Amino acid sequence: MSDTRTAAPAPTAAPAGGAEPMLAVRGVKTFYGNIMALKGVDVDVHRGEIVTLIGSNGAGKSTLMMTIFGQPRAREGQIVYDGRDITKMPTHEIAHLKIAQSPEGRRIFPRMTVFENLQMGASVDGFGHFDEDLLKVFDLFPRLKERINQRGGTLSGGEQQMLAIGRALMSRPRLLMLDEPSLGLAPLIVKQIFDAIRELNRAEGLTVFLVEQNAFHALKLAHRGYVLVNGLVTMTGAGRELLERPEVRAAYLEGGKH
Amino acid sequence: MDVFIQQLINGLTLGSIYGLIAIGYTMVFGIIGMVNFAHGDVFMVSSFIALICFLLVTTVLGITSIFLALAIVLVVAMFFTSLTNWAIERVAYRPLRGSFRLAPMISAIGMSIFLANFVQVSQGPRNKPVPPMVTDVIVLMDNNGYQVTLAWKQVIIMAVTAVLLMGFWYLVQKTSLGRAQRAVEQDRKMAALLGINVDHTISLTFVIGAALAAVAGVMYLMYYGVAHFADGFVPGVKAFTAAVLGGIGSLPGAVLGGLLIGLIEVFWSAYFSIEYKDVAAFSILAITLIFMPQGLLGRPEVEKV
Ligand SMILES: Nc1ncnc2c1ncn2[C@@H]1O[C@H](COP(=O)(O)OP(=O)(O)OP(=O)(O)O)[C@@H](O)[C@H]1O
Ligand SMILES: [Mg+2]
Repeated sequence: MSDTRTAAPAPTAAPAGGAEPMLAVRGVKTFYGNIMALKGVDVDVHRGEIVTLIGSNGAGKSTLMMTIFGQPRAREGQIVYDGRDITKMPTHEIAHLKIAQSPEGRRIFPRMTVFENLQMGASVDGFGHFDEDLLKVFDLFPRLKERINQRGGTLSGGEQQMLAIGRALMSRPRLLMLDEPSLGLAPLIVKQIFDAIRELNRAEGLTVFLVEQNAFHALKLAHRGYVLVNGLVTMTGAGRELLERPEVRAAYLEGGKH
Repeated sequence: MDVFIQQLINGLTLGSIYGLIAIGYTMVFGIIGMVNFAHGDVFMVSSFIALICFLLVTTVLGITSIFLALAIVLVVAMFFTSLTNWAIERVAYRPLRGSFRLAPMISAIGMSIFLANFVQVSQGPRNKPVPPMVTDVIVLMDNNGYQVTLAWKQVIIMAVTAVLLMGFWYLVQKTSLGRAQRAVEQDRKMAALLGINVDHTISLTFVIGAALAAVAGVMYLMYYGVAHFADGFVPGVKAFTAAVLGGIGSLPGAVLGGLLIGLIEVFWSAYFSIEYKDVAAFSILAITLIFMPQGLLGRPEVEKV
């Protein structure tokens, strides 16, 4: 574990501190029918940061990820991206601002091949860098290359997860949102994915907003973290700092090592 | 044997027309889960557009080459029928999206009645004839007076259908438009997340379905030489049967179903009774729905997601 520790960026080195955030979620309330799933959430993601959101099942993490894309729409509050209010913007236009999401449940197109799924990811980028980006994704997940003509619906869960992340990367996002990327993956692949996220962030300055059950890894990777409980942010701070807090350890890191 | 070959030719011709209409049913069902009851009437409207256009082209413009005239009629009918269907989707179905599931279907029934009545009032309740367009026939066999013939118009129908289906297949399978269409069909929300404009894609589906129905409308007009305001219903239901038989949502299924329904209809008429040919088609609809609701090429219900 000590090797990852040294490779990780120092938690205090969060870039662009003080400047206007790339993504600002302000007092967002989201409803499913009459049930309020988000009860006024504030989250900032700055350029070049890795930010993670942790919380137990049903806390509203995926709801926040989808609300940023207007699915469902925030009933109150504001979502600002790059200085633009995107709260009421149509979902597909939000995608064209180069925000990409690998959503909960992966949502692979089941009757399209791996290749076509990746093509779908590249549609907002206009296919200008398709071959180059495809090689990058295959570098990251050689497994996808072997399965290139297989239909998405017949991939294993882990392969689908790789495809969902690869598809998100194909759009050349400026903000990459990942909802539980480690779900269903073998520990070795999880490490690979987390290393890849760190590397994309370090080398290309990619901004990442990450939802994770795997709080230990996520908080170690992230510059900053938020803890969501029942639709409200209860704690925020540098990743390592949260990792040390007894409340966090008790609630999300029970069992010590993960 | 002679009768068999003759009916095979006739059945494939008729089946091509049903197949072209069936694609519109199956695509719309695939993408928004709605049985578009007005689709048969859109087909009927296209044959009237073709009729008017044909008369204008041959009389006003004085074009004498029948193939040039047909080509113009085909393009014009495809364009205006697509426009009509695009408008129908905008006014009658899109506002009901997100409403209860039956709402757009009820709206479609209303639209079907509207189209049939509009044509009845504006074009009259009788059969509208056009002058015969293509009359040449090829005699394939002659057995003591029973001739097996292949009419040129049958050749045209099968050839045009085959070419357009290939173009359509290419569009859906190989272009980004087609990919977007399939993506919306498979997971609308994810498609939007990837930057696909879902509303435009659904409109496009209606436009493509109408264009193919218009091809069927032109072929129908050329084959039978008449257009009638009520002609949306029976061919419409048969094409719908074809879509269900092939497996609703499946594009190859729609074509296969169309050909089968065409063949069943003509063979039934030839060997059993012509009066009951429509009953044959409707019985197949009922039997398919009861015993094989997923159809011949329909996908199995369970799918790993
Ligand atoms: N489509 C929906 N309709 C109604 N309620 C919903 C819907 N989606 C989510 N909810 C509810 O909203 C709350 C938040 O759900 P959400 O999926 O955002 O949780 P989560 O933090 O992502 O949980 P998990 O870690 O299990 O993925 C839950 O109580 C859930 O039951
Ligand atoms: Mg979730």
